[in-house]
Amino acid sequence: MTDATATDVSRHDRQGRRATLSRHVLPYAMLSPAVLVTLAIVFFPMVQTAWMSLHDYVLFRPNDFDWVGLENFRTALSDEVFWISLRNTIIWMGTTIPAQLLLGLVTALLLNQEFPWRPVARALIIIPWALPSVVIALMWVWIYDSNYGVANEFLLRMGLIQQSIPWLADPDYALASIILTLTWQGFPFFAVMILAGLQAIPRSYYEAASIDGASAWRQFWHITLPGIAGVMMTAVLLRLIWVANSFDVIFVMTGGGPGYATHTLPLYAFIKARTNLDFGYGSAIAVLFTMLLMVVVVFYLRRTGKAVS
Amino acid sequence: MALHRPSTMRRILTVDLPMLAILAFTLGPYLWMFLTSISDQSTLFTEGPSLLNATLENYTRLFRTVGFADNLLDSFIVAGGTVIVGLSLSVTAAYSFSRFEFRAKRILMLQFLLINMFPLVLLILPLFVLMRVLGLLDTHIALIVANSTIAIPFSIWMMVSYINGIPRSLDEAAMTDGCTRLQALRRVVLPLCVPGIIATGIYIFITSWNEYLYALTLGGREVRPITVAVQTLIGEYEVQWGLLTAGGIVGALPATVLFLLVQKRLISGLTQGAVKG
Repeated sequence: MTDATATDVSRHDRQGRRATLSRHVLPYAMLSPAVLVTLAIVFFPMVQTAWMSLHDYVLFRPNDFDWVGLENFRTALSDEVFWISLRNTIIWMGTTIPAQLLLGLVTALLLNQEFPWRPVARALIIIPWALPSVVIALMWVWIYDSNYGVANEFLLRMGLIQQSIPWLADPDYALASIILTLTWQGFPFFAVMILAGLQAIPRSYYEAASIDGASAWRQFWHITLPGIAGVMMTAVLLRLIWVANSFDVIFVMTGGGPGYATHTLPLYAFIKARTNLDFGYGSAIAVLFTMLLMVVVVFYLRRTGKAVS
Repeated sequence: MALHRPSTMRRILTVDLPMLAILAFTLGPYLWMFLTSISDQSTLFTEGPSLLNATLENYTRLFRTVGFADNLLDSFIVAGGTVIVGLSLSVTAAYSFSRFEFRAKRILMLQFLLINMFPLVLLILPLFVLMRVLGLLDTHIALIVANSTIAIPFSIWMMVSYINGIPRSLDEAAMTDGCTRLQALRRVVLPLCVPGIIATGIYIFITSWNEYLYALTLGGREVRPITVAVQTLIGEYEVQWGLLTAGGIVGALPATVLFLLVQKRLISGLTQGAVKG
């Protein structure tokens, strides 16, 4: 009898100990594959970028990996192309995101109305989002083509321009043309996000406002906008990163030209490494761009007063 | 949305017509590309794209002479591989985040969120150097690894929100009935989040299928996914727009179809966090 109790207790004890052990270890065990892999393929390479940016590292001289300290960064700050790229980056990101947001907001408001073919419209509007960026870029190169492009033909027929404009070959129009393409590509994302936000606003708010005699505009300003503010902030944050990564569209459309008219910082870093094989300098520009982007993100989060959680 | 019902006429003017205009802007370029792809190469520049004399010649040339089928296969291997890597690593991690309280939870979750915040250009250069050292340049593995840098954090993020939607009481009930944690995960939670897993997998598939910069930098010669192949159709002197647009349509088709299939679930998953937060 006593024997049985003893083994029972010890088994219980053992089980309990195993339970606590697994409670402590299991979460980490289940996480570790993902964490280790991201450490290896994301964090280690990122540190490597920072490390490379402090070296003179040109790929066709593979044996040279000379420590130069902040020399690459100093070169960048006195590099005229760097400043042109920075200026273009500010125009590029500063115009694309508000344009996407605005068009997305209008589209979401329209999609939130009742009309017979709403499901069809909602399904079709997101198509640009699913297209490969290369296809998008090439498609728009064809549209912008100076001789046979449909953009010129359309504007000529409408009488808006007198002669064909080489949209992507003209330094004055190239960046604007790219921004239009990126707006086209990205606004459906905003539309879909904002639509989800709109549908989360309780109908009763509008009913109450209507009874109080609030005009449609005042309803929009005092109910709709505050209701979707959170979604818009998150969407803008996500887009900020996404637009920063969308330089592949620029790379395919113009390659940064004509001249440096469409050079942006991520593209400049990529070109430096890809064509000049100058990985040291390219990394330095990538690091600078990332730091600038982080400053914007932190500033943005502070302003909107929302912590990421 | 005001309560009084506007007349049909007014609705058409204020809703249907603007919506049509936006849709025309959205789909116009796509339709134009399709129209170009079925036009005859010889009359394209003289008469412009048109539905008359529609031909599939560009499409047959694409597969016969350019060898587009190989590129489709490459894209498929890379995208499929990324889905497998991304999902297999993220499901257990997401379960852990969703169900356990542990010391490093906040910082680890933040880590996966932060990865999404870093621009791709920061990763592309070291990954090239890394793959070069490992001798993996121009292999499928290199591209799968590169695409996983985006896929893993993203799918963890998605899966956490799906698993959070499954009541804890279900796995607790399973464990009272004698299941271990892992059995509860495999027998109860996993079957319930199959829809979420499929949506996440399809999203990873689409993004990897569409990815271009990694494919160009880390692949290109032996392994040439569709996005790189389409771009190389631009000749040195003359652009064969018919062929190019046909390539674009073929390249975009799988992702577009998949996307239209799952868009509803995908969007609710994507926006859930944002709407609540």
